Amino acid sequence: LDQNLIPRDEIQSALDDTGADYAEVRLDNTATNRITYRGRDLEEIGRTRSFGGCARALVAGGWGFVSFNDPSHLRDSVQQATAQARHVGTGSSNLAPLEARQDRVAAGLGKDPRTIPLARKKELLDSLNEAMLSVEGVTSTNVVYYDSHKQVTFANSGGSFIEQERIDVVSRLAATARKNGDMQQSSVSLGALNDYSYMEKLGDVALEVGNKSVELLNAPYCEPGVYPVVLDPILAGVFCHEAFGHLSESDFVYENDRMKEIMVLGKRFGQKHLNIVDGAAVPGLRGSYAFDDEGMPARKTDLIREGVLVGRLHSRETAGKMNEPASGNARALDYRFPPIVRMTNTYIEPGEATLGDLLSGIKLGVYARNWYGGTTSMEMFTFSAGEAYMIRDGQIAELVRPVKLTGNLFTTLENIDAVGSDLDFNQGGGCGKGGQMPLPVSNGSPHIRIQNCVVGER
Amino acid sequence: MDTNTVEKMLQAAKEAGAEQAEVYHVATEETPVRFEANRLKELNSRQVNGVALRVIASGRIGFASSTRPGDVEDLVAAAMETSPFGPEAHFSFPGRTEVAAVETYDRKTEDLRPEDLITLGERLVEGVLKQDSDVLCDASVRRAVGTVTIANTSGASATHRSSALSAWVSGTLIRGTDMLFVGDADASCDPSIGIEAIIAEVSRQLERCQGNAATRTGEMPVVFTSLGVAEAIIGPLTMAFNGRNVLQGQSPLADALGEHRYDSRLTVTDDPTIPFRVGSRPFDDECLAARKVPLIQAGRVSNFLYDLQTAGMAGSRSTGSAHRSLTTQPSIGTSSLVVSPGDVTFFDMISGIEEGIVVEELMGAGQGNVMGGDFSGNVLLGYKIENGKLAGRVKNTIVAGNVHEALASVAAIGSETRWIGGVVNTPPICIDHLAVSAAS
Repeated sequence: LDQNLIPRDEIQSALDDTGADYAEVRLDNTATNRITYRGRDLEEIGRTRSFGGCARALVAGGWGFVSFNDPSHLRDSVQQATAQARHVGTGSSNLAPLEARQDRVAAGLGKDPRTIPLARKKELLDSLNEAMLSVEGVTSTNVVYYDSHKQVTFANSGGSFIEQERIDVVSRLAATARKNGDMQQSSVSLGALNDYSYMEKLGDVALEVGNKSVELLNAPYCEPGVYPVVLDPILAGVFCHEAFGHLSESDFVYENDRMKEIMVLGKRFGQKHLNIVDGAAVPGLRGSYAFDDEGMPARKTDLIREGVLVGRLHSRETAGKMNEPASGNARALDYRFPPIVRMTNTYIEPGEATLGDLLSGIKLGVYARNWYGGTTSMEMFTFSAGEAYMIRDGQIAELVRPVKLTGNLFTTLENIDAVGSDLDFNQGGGCGKGGQMPLPVSNGSPHIRIQNCVVGER
Repeated sequence: MDTNTVEKMLQAAKEAGAEQAEVYHVATEETPVRFEANRLKELNSRQVNGVALRVIASGRIGFASSTRPGDVEDLVAAAMETSPFGPEAHFSFPGRTEVAAVETYDRKTEDLRPEDLITLGERLVEGVLKQDSDVLCDASVRRAVGTVTIANTSGASATHRSSALSAWVSGTLIRGTDMLFVGDADASCDPSIGIEAIIAEVSRQLERCQGNAATRTGEMPVVFTSLGVAEAIIGPLTMAFNGRNVLQGQSPLADALGEHRYDSRLTVTDDPTIPFRVGSRPFDDECLAARKVPLIQAGRVSNFLYDLQTAGMAGSRSTGSAHRSLTTQPSIGTSSLVVSPGDVTFFDMISGIEEGIVVEELMGAGQGNVMGGDFSGNVLLGYKIENGKLAGRVKNTIVAGNVHEALASVAAIGSETRWIGGVVNTPPICIDHLAVSAAS
């Protein structure tokens, strides 16, 4: 770990005698390399360094938050945040208890992108881009790559002092094919924590992305309607994140009595074979860490166990107010933002069915693969598949244009009637909430089958 | 950042071997006040102070940015290190040009105290609760001031100061597991944002959602309100006018310059010169004078948007449309997008529709083949039209289409325009027919 721009005793003394019920400081030191292509043109290559810090204070249930770039502003910022909190607070502060921790967590053992010269990275990206462009019919491509090394120092008025380091290696490959004014895209979003090595194995993936965009030009549309749908692990993972995961974030619930009724623990959400968990303590994934941005140790939280709601995701405040165990899910995108309740690695646990089991018995259905995007409004969700096939008489049949799946969360969870055994994780992209995007997360699932799912075109 | 430091940085870049260099410095300070579940929750203050350096060395572009103080040497070294791998430069940085003043700063906005922001937020939340006390409101009122400085080795140098006051409210109404989301927002450089107008809009949304209406699958007229146009149509539409997408052949309008592609009543302009709009600015993020660019004139595709590099590659001229953040290089964007009004009131527009849908918000509208102009989303907020009248809330219904096709088959353009989020000004637009699919 690098030496911090502000010495430890200075950080800790800034938190002494603030008069706040609680105060904390977070400092970010980040270095990012970014390379993007559009078609054959390298569009952008650049290097970004940033240092920034923030102070947050709690007084009588009200929060103050101040962010800064100049390290000399630390002490003033803590005081300003306290003054702000005093202005806001009219109730009582209630944070779930936290044992003071001193720790240093270095980035894991994978291939460090900082050891690879820019020239080598560019060479690799050139070859991936060329692989897509080499497919006849591909008219354009988009390649995005960045690696970011981030070192975060956290200290609070309870005596915690934690330094953590992580490296994100993120990429996106997209191809566009065009014919007679018609246009189709195919893409993959990938990522890894503390490891560059997956980038070196993407040759076939790039070729497949190029091929798929061309195949889609000749694919028919799927007739919109209600179908039994089989989702691949990537898309099922997105469903799990978008449709259910956000609803289990307690900041949507803790001050909303009606939501509390909907999300009451012990309520049945799905059939016996449905188990959903979230946890930063699951190692080696994009959403993994040792401590969250309130210094709370990471856990693995059961959200749905055998179809029944058994847990939810918390910050110290939401756990305190709901009198439930803290889960270590308070996360901030960077120093410009206060931590809010976020997911980490969210997934549906594997069952026993094979893909063949899931398909069998479906006379007419849709097999939807890959992720294109998704959003939720708690009750309703919508997500786009990157590719889709019709299912006919229990077999995967013709490729169709990408579809959009939409529905009501509660009925859809009940309608998951089979869960596969092949758990896999989607580590690309990032999650957005409250203007904080893209936050590194992963989501995963085995293949799953959903009855009566609404399928729209495009 | 003072002129001296900027000059020093440009000089250091030249000494390190750059033929040309450009410094972009940004300093912003913002104070958002946040309300959660109808109550004041959090008072924030955010400062960002950073600098980006773009160099052209051996004809190639290098880039680096930093928020670390006194990083001049590191910054120059990083930018020079990336340049051998960077794209070939197809432009020179512009020299000194005359820039007309555009009003983007109001002292009264800068002088607003946190107490004033809290009062505005309380008015907003109370106003919505007066309409329906069961609504739970999240809201935010935010005051921001910022300064952008750009200087380059060709002699251009300019600084521009702006202020902004913005407010949004988002209300949730839950009955059983039925959830309704309403909301509206406004923003302006002066303190004149319409708190009462936001309340009125949200109240209207709540009124129109009394009772759920049944929908059916089929083709039918769809009216996009101003909010609906801004949320579902403007994004895919403007992507097609992005000069980079045109150059790459990705825009479906690539061969359409000068062609009559849309309904003759449709005129759309990107205008960065409107006083006190949060998207306004006297010069773009490459120091070229900002100017009004008509995109669609009476249905005709009239201009594409360019920054320097794209214009150089396309053999065109920059339209002053470069936008950037501290950490990214300039790319093409819009400032304030203005759709010219038509002559039909909203109520006249729907009175002639036997069966149709009004869309305020589509969920997931930014997914799918956006580049091709496709949009498709679940109606998050929308109403049914039956026999010329609004007949309740629409749920579990997907509206899908293609903006380029839809805007060629416009049934009517509304006469009442609204600013959405302070950056899009548009009337409602009625599309003659779109695919609607209803969940059974």
